[in-house]
Amino acid sequence: MEEYTLLRQFADSWMLLVLFAFFVGIVIWVFRPGASKEYKDTANIPFRHADAPAPQQDKPATSKEARQ
Amino acid sequence: MSNYIKLIVLGLVVVFAAIGSNYARDLAYQVHAILVMLIAGGLFIWTLRNTDEPDILVDRSAEYMDDVIRYGVIATAFWGVVGFLAGTFIAFQLAFPALNFEWAQGYANFGRLRPLHTSAVIFAFGGNALIATSFYVVQRTSAARLWGGNLAWFVFWGYQLFIVLAATGYLLGGTQSKEYAEPEWYVDLWLTVVWVAYLAVYLGTIIKRKEPHIYVANWFYLAFIVTVAMLHLVNNMTIPVSIWGSKSVIVWSGVQDAMIQWWYGHNAVGFFLTAGFLGMMYYFIPKQAERPVFSYKLSIIHFWALIFLYIWAGPHHLHYTALPDWASTLGMVFSVVLWMPSWGGMINGLMTLSGAWDKLRTDPVIRMMVISVGFYGMSTFEGPMMSIRAVNSLSHYTDWTIGHVHSGALGWNGMITFGALYFLVPVLWKRERLYSLQMVSWHFWLATIGIVLYAASMWVTGIMEGLMWREVDANGFLVNSFADTVAAKFPMYVVRALGGVLFVAGALIMCYNLWMTVRKAPAKEASLTVAVPAE
Repeated sequence: MEEYTLLRQFADSWMLLVLFAFFVGIVIWVFRPGASKEYKDTANIPFRHADAPAPQQDKPATSKEARQ
Repeated sequence: MSNYIKLIVLGLVVVFAAIGSNYARDLAYQVHAILVMLIAGGLFIWTLRNTDEPDILVDRSAEYMDDVIRYGVIATAFWGVVGFLAGTFIAFQLAFPALNFEWAQGYANFGRLRPLHTSAVIFAFGGNALIATSFYVVQRTSAARLWGGNLAWFVFWGYQLFIVLAATGYLLGGTQSKEYAEPEWYVDLWLTVVWVAYLAVYLGTIIKRKEPHIYVANWFYLAFIVTVAMLHLVNNMTIPVSIWGSKSVIVWSGVQDAMIQWWYGHNAVGFFLTAGFLGMMYYFIPKQAERPVFSYKLSIIHFWALIFLYIWAGPHHLHYTALPDWASTLGMVFSVVLWMPSWGGMINGLMTLSGAWDKLRTDPVIRMMVISVGFYGMSTFEGPMMSIRAVNSLSHYTDWTIGHVHSGALGWNGMITFGALYFLVPVLWKRERLYSLQMVSWHFWLATIGIVLYAASMWVTGIMEGLMWREVDANGFLVNSFADTVAAKFPMYVVRALGGVLFVAGALIMCYNLWMTVRKAPAKEASLTVAVPAE
């Protein structure tokens, strides 16, 4: 089979399925239980740390510290 | 130590550019070689004077890197006015051909100035707006200072050099004749270096973020940076004829070249002018409205749907060409499907104001942002419609396309950028408020009426021209010559140019207002968060 035909068949069968499944997966993942609470917090990111970065810590900051 | 390496590199660049200016095979290359030689020479002297000086290390990790953003805001406003003026001038050139002055032939006629206008507004105005706002947004939403220290400065100045090389190249005839990708090979290489640095600064800041989640605006900005890099590399695969000349030859040929060009061209619209500016929308509209985005879930679905669909829409630029039918059908179908995520995003932006619609009455800045989202919705409805083959057979090659582009570019990109600038200037220069809200209102109305004049006249002239081209008499002969359509379009060309004048006037009022905000508006000490109080 020539290269073009092979790639073409792969593109409109398995690759199409993978991309479509990935997208459907994202939609399902977005509506997972508990998502609303998390997204509420994420959606408020623009209203924190407007003037200065979060304070430096030696250890990696946890989500709690970034809230302050 | 690093200064010695810099000096060696800069010295080599000066020597190479000097040789280049001597051996140059064409004028554009020669002027660019001299320009690069002078800039590298200046940087050499500057670096030399600072070498072996005692290092003064100041820890700035507790504050955001805002000076580069201030420069970006100024550059955005400056290039915006330059690009709008160029556009208005070439609009008058179309209406009154005498403006293609005889003494400026070959430098300032329509053919040379048109790419100068498109690149100035898209890459200089839009690009600077994107770089400046992305640096602002990524720091605030990551709660971290920009990564890479002075690399951000390299991105800013490197990008300005790209703009100057591209613009002077067009006027002097250095172009590879690919729409929106006109700069020649060495300018492309330079942009690649700058863009990699941009990606590094952006990604580095996201990686060291203090917020656990990456805010949605950053996703859009990142998609813009990564995809533009990919598009730029594939569409500019050229082999220079000589290292001492600007001419190069593209490795693609025939219909593949056309398809790659419009894969690039349409995704430049999709990822430069849409994804990047949606990043702006998702940050500045919530900030100005003082409420979080309407639905964060919708914003995630919006993002993935948009990037999955946009990349396929390019073939609709090549209906009825040598492109295979299946490819142009694919492009058409994906363009129509693209309507859904576009309107999902528009609804998300508009509904962010739910419960705060009264701000539209009192805050002209939010009015500007809302009308930009409105124009986004309008042009993303018009676009899919025009991509349908039957509609395209009427609209293609006519001024309808130009009208469509401008309702998107002036309405959506222009207005959201103006809104972002009105938000940013008081915050970045630590002013309590804008100098004058009344001037913002003037800007709003001048720009809106300008766009309406522009879009409406282009609809009329585009459809008229399309109908005239296909009109045949009883014997099947074409009724109109091309010159007949040109003559019939004259009144609409004048209206379009007047719309441009209104738009430029609004932008000049904005520049004055922003200038006076920095000069005269009361300073602010304690907090920089609130930009414009809704009276």
